[in-house]
Amino acid sequence: MIEIKDIEKSFGDTMILKGISTVFETGKTNLIIGQSGSGKTVLLKSLLGIHTPESGKICFDGRVYSELEPDEKRELRTEIGMVFQGSALFDSMTVEENVAFPLKMFTNDNKAIIKERVDFVLERVALTDAHNKLPSQISGGMQKRVAIARAIVNKPKYLFCDEPNSGLDPNTAILIDNLIKEITEEYDITTVINTHDMNSVMEIGERILFLKDGLKAWEGTKEEIFRTDNQAVVDFVYSSNLFKKVREAYLKE
Amino acid sequence: MLIRYITQIGRYCLMLREIFIKQTKWSVMKKLIFKEIDDLIIDSLGIVAFISFFVGGVVAIQTALNLTNPLIPKYLIGFATRQSVILEFAPTFISVIMAGKMGSFITSSIGTMRVTEQIDALEVMGVNSLNYLVFPKIIALLLYPFVIGISMFLGILGGWMAGVYGGFTSSAEFVTGAQMDFIPFHIVYAFLKTLIFAMLLATIPSFHGYYMKGGALEVGKASTVAFVWTSVSIILFNYILTQLLLGS
Repeated sequence: MIEIKDIEKSFGDTMILKGISTVFETGKTNLIIGQSGSGKTVLLKSLLGIHTPESGKICFDGRVYSELEPDEKRELRTEIGMVFQGSALFDSMTVEENVAFPLKMFTNDNKAIIKERVDFVLERVALTDAHNKLPSQISGGMQKRVAIARAIVNKPKYLFCDEPNSGLDPNTAILIDNLIKEITEEYDITTVINTHDMNSVMEIGERILFLKDGLKAWEGTKEEIFRTDNQAVVDFVYSSNLFKKVREAYLKE
Repeated sequence: MLIRYITQIGRYCLMLREIFIKQTKWSVMKKLIFKEIDDLIIDSLGIVAFISFFVGGVVAIQTALNLTNPLIPKYLIGFATRQSVILEFAPTFISVIMAGKMGSFITSSIGTMRVTEQIDALEVMGVNSLNYLVFPKIIALLLYPFVIGISMFLGILGGWMAGVYGGFTSSAEFVTGAQMDFIPFHIVYAFLKTLIFAMLLATIPSFHGYYMKGGALEVGKASTVAFVWTSVSIILFNYILTQLLLGS
């Protein structure tokens, strides 16, 4: 479980996060949604320790990140898996080397064990024939799957995904969404996904945090999002005619 | 503007400190070091050999053409070539050229990793990204004096070939000049300079790549800025080291 309390973050004179508090539950897919510039990425990067908030607390299962020693912070980071928006695969390494990287860095496992684990996770993300290819030689969807495999290879407690299906076709996007949800349940990890894809919200949004102008504007489940009368959420989520009709149909039932 | 420069120098010093904290596992680091030796040292040998040989030849020809007084002995061609190549051309000017060749490679490769969030990925995993990226380059460039040694040899060889086969001097005269008044400390001085320049070559371009912000255009700009500052630093340190080691 990740608990955040009154997080504030500014860049220069501009305050991006204005005292956000929430809880990201274990074993569930927690989504952060909001318009561009609402503070989603800054919040995610603050959780990852890439940005340091000016005030507030981030607790990883009771461990307050800002109170940890540098070594403890690095130790905590080995419990985190991250899927970046652009996949962030190491372009000088093959798919297999990318996935094996966290194991080589943080375990003393021998080559055979590492190979076995890499094969297992690549099979888990349905990528069995790309071991020796470079990231530039595979498609965007495959790169995302490699990024997911790399993120889970070290059996993380926390999985963060930044726009995991941006730039992907609808079929691949749904595949990636479902894969993340399955992995979250299978490994019982705390998953936080930053997205503005409404399909993802409807598919896998178990807990949803809606940000507007750096503030928490709404929080709930995907069932609750259909019934909410919060105008900011309605305007954002049901901006397309299709989703408006889906909502109307849902409410009629 | 001055504050900005001081801030940058302070940031650079903090980066140097950070490079040596929390070392990457040796089994991983070993491979990175060999890769950097290949990228930075082995890949530079061709251009260094080419430039050294021909510039050594030009130094010999220029010297010969300026020795118009018949009272001045021809062996001075060998002497001047040796002194120019060992004291300045090989350690300093090859380093300035390497600031362009190695420097732009280092800045653009690290800068691209920054732009594509690969450095963020390393940090999120708990890897000390500065140690992972810069430390192997520093270790690989400990072999840089080897490159400069080759440059010295080929520079003098080029001078000998241009002098002898160009008809400016005899082989015996050139060799006599090349051996005349030889001060072994000059070699020590040249290699000491080279080691300092190696450190600058590894760290200044890394600094500009690591802390760059923006996209592909900014990677190009960072490479240019890195080349300028590495060259300026080399020239500045060359002056300081020459004053300290030879001037006093």
